[in-house]
Amino acid sequence: MSVIEIKNLHKIYNESEVKVHAVNGINLSFEQGEFAAIVGPSGSGKTTLLNMIGGLDSPTEGQIIVGGTEINKLKAGKLIDFRMRNIGFVFQAYNLIPVLTAKENVEFIMHLQGVSKQDREKRTKELLIAVGLGDRINSRPSKLSGGQQQRVAVARALASKPKFVLADEPTANLDSKSTENLLDIMEKLNKEENITFIFSTHDARVVKKAHRVITVEDGKVISDERK
Amino acid sequence: MNNVKIAWRNLWRNKKRTFITVASIFFGVFLSTFMTSMQQGSYSGMIDNIVKFYSGYIQIQNEDYWENKTINNSFQLTDSLISTIKSVTEITQITPRLESFALISTENLSQGAVVVGIEPENENNLTGLSKWVKEGNYLSSNDDGILMGKLLAKYLKANINDTIVLLSQGYHGSGAAGKFVLRGILDFPSPELSKGFVYMELKNCQQFYSAEGFLTSLVLMVKDQSHLPKAKRKLSKIINSPYRIMTWDEMSPEMVNMIESDKAGGVIMKIILYMIISFGIFGTILMMLNERKREFGVMIAIGMQKTKLGKILFYETLMIGLLGVVLGFLVSIPTIAYYFAHPIVLTGDAAKTMIDIGVEPLMKFSWKAMVFYNQVIIVFVITFLIAFLPLTNINKLNVVKALKG
Repeated sequence: MSVIEIKNLHKIYNESEVKVHAVNGINLSFEQGEFAAIVGPSGSGKTTLLNMIGGLDSPTEGQIIVGGTEINKLKAGKLIDFRMRNIGFVFQAYNLIPVLTAKENVEFIMHLQGVSKQDREKRTKELLIAVGLGDRINSRPSKLSGGQQQRVAVARALASKPKFVLADEPTANLDSKSTENLLDIMEKLNKEENITFIFSTHDARVVKKAHRVITVEDGKVISDERK
Repeated sequence: MNNVKIAWRNLWRNKKRTFITVASIFFGVFLSTFMTSMQQGSYSGMIDNIVKFYSGYIQIQNEDYWENKTINNSFQLTDSLISTIKSVTEITQITPRLESFALISTENLSQGAVVVGIEPENENNLTGLSKWVKEGNYLSSNDDGILMGKLLAKYLKANINDTIVLLSQGYHGSGAAGKFVLRGILDFPSPELSKGFVYMELKNCQQFYSAEGFLTSLVLMVKDQSHLPKAKRKLSKIINSPYRIMTWDEMSPEMVNMIESDKAGGVIMKIILYMIISFGIFGTILMMLNERKREFGVMIAIGMQKTKLGKILFYETLMIGLLGVVLGFLVSIPTIAYYFAHPIVLTGDAAKTMIDIGVEPLMKFSWKAMVFYNQVIIVFVITFLIAFLPLTNINKLNVVKALKG
């Protein structure tokens, strides 16, 4: 059964009275445990597509069904709640909360979910060990390197036990060693815990690791290859 | 990690900015508290002076006396009236007076003056009249002499033990004439009092005006200004026609006007002060909102409800206000306590002006709770109103745009 189903998705921006068709009739579906990359040149619509899958942006037309729920029909508050319980996010600029430690950043979403303190602490520890930061749990983001911050972001994305993780250009700000390291961690989590990862990326190293590569151009899917 | 803890940590992300904002609130609270205390202290001092100098806090008069100050509008002092007044526990002192006018003459000179019949001991307890005696002696009970102001004595070329002639109209048109020995000369700070007042023993005065047993006023004191409303309320219930209850502010409207206009000036100063505070907090919040837009976008994206995020920002704003108020109080409380115990002694022209109008040359401070809690209320109302800015801002936040930074 598909985790995500996208049907006839359109996104039109009205900028300066000129309509921009950022996403133009995309149909896609993702199965549980996929490790997929959405690729394409700048302005192709991959980030807009990812934002809509994550419920951060609303489509002009079409449907996005996540685990049987048509998320574009949800009201604002319900949609935030849905994201918290079902979707993990990893952003290009890490975007950790600067006043919280690595542990607190990971715990944060579980706190929002109302997970008990004991369970929160157990899972946080497990996740930070899994991303190789077991020794930096009390460090604030400013004391971590870019790669380490992005690994905390991955741990945070997984903390809520989401149905899938959306990663928008997760390696764009990382050096090659950190990129390799991060991809290995995500691939391992994908294999061992069957977590679905969907990336939007320019990075050839990510494309190389991905099991499915969807190429988008001018808001349309021009190829969808499974390895 | 609860909302308050996150808010507290956020406060210290930009230490310099938080410090500057807190400092602006601190100075606002300190200056405003100091100014209010000084104003209230000086008003209390002025009221205290006026009531202890002559009028008392309350006077019981004939209901027509205030509009038409003639001896015919006097009233008879009865035991029942005294016991009725004494039943009001807030009243601490009572002294009777009979006041009228007379022509005061020596061998070749005459001058009109107010003649006040008093019970020397009671009057002295209430107004400290004896302290103004610079020549001769104060009156004793059953004394048949008189006291007069220094300027009046100078005009009349009267000396201690000289015989002074008083001519007037007594109760209901009877003639009033008498010879009295000048017992003492009063050196009042106010020239008006010094050239226009004569004091004599009450019974002597009643006899002079053929008004035995009559008074024009009963002067009452309460412990302080705060007891006045209650005392007046109680008296109003038990004292009716043909008497009238007059409070110091009704008898001294010019003093009330002066205080009110001074207060208005103070209010304008405080408005300016609080506007500076408001813009300080507003600027900080506005900068903070712009700087952290991306972070807010992330928090909402990963599942934080806007209301919860708004709460954190609301707490941050309130905490800035609270810090400023607490620091302001930590400095203003001991400062005001010191000046309350050690009023500023005025010197030079300022002191002379105050002495001339019969006021002690002291800048007094008030220690009333309202001096402090008013500032808390004002700062919190300001902070509370500004704290709504992040709430509306977060509510309108577009997550996708915020994530782009």
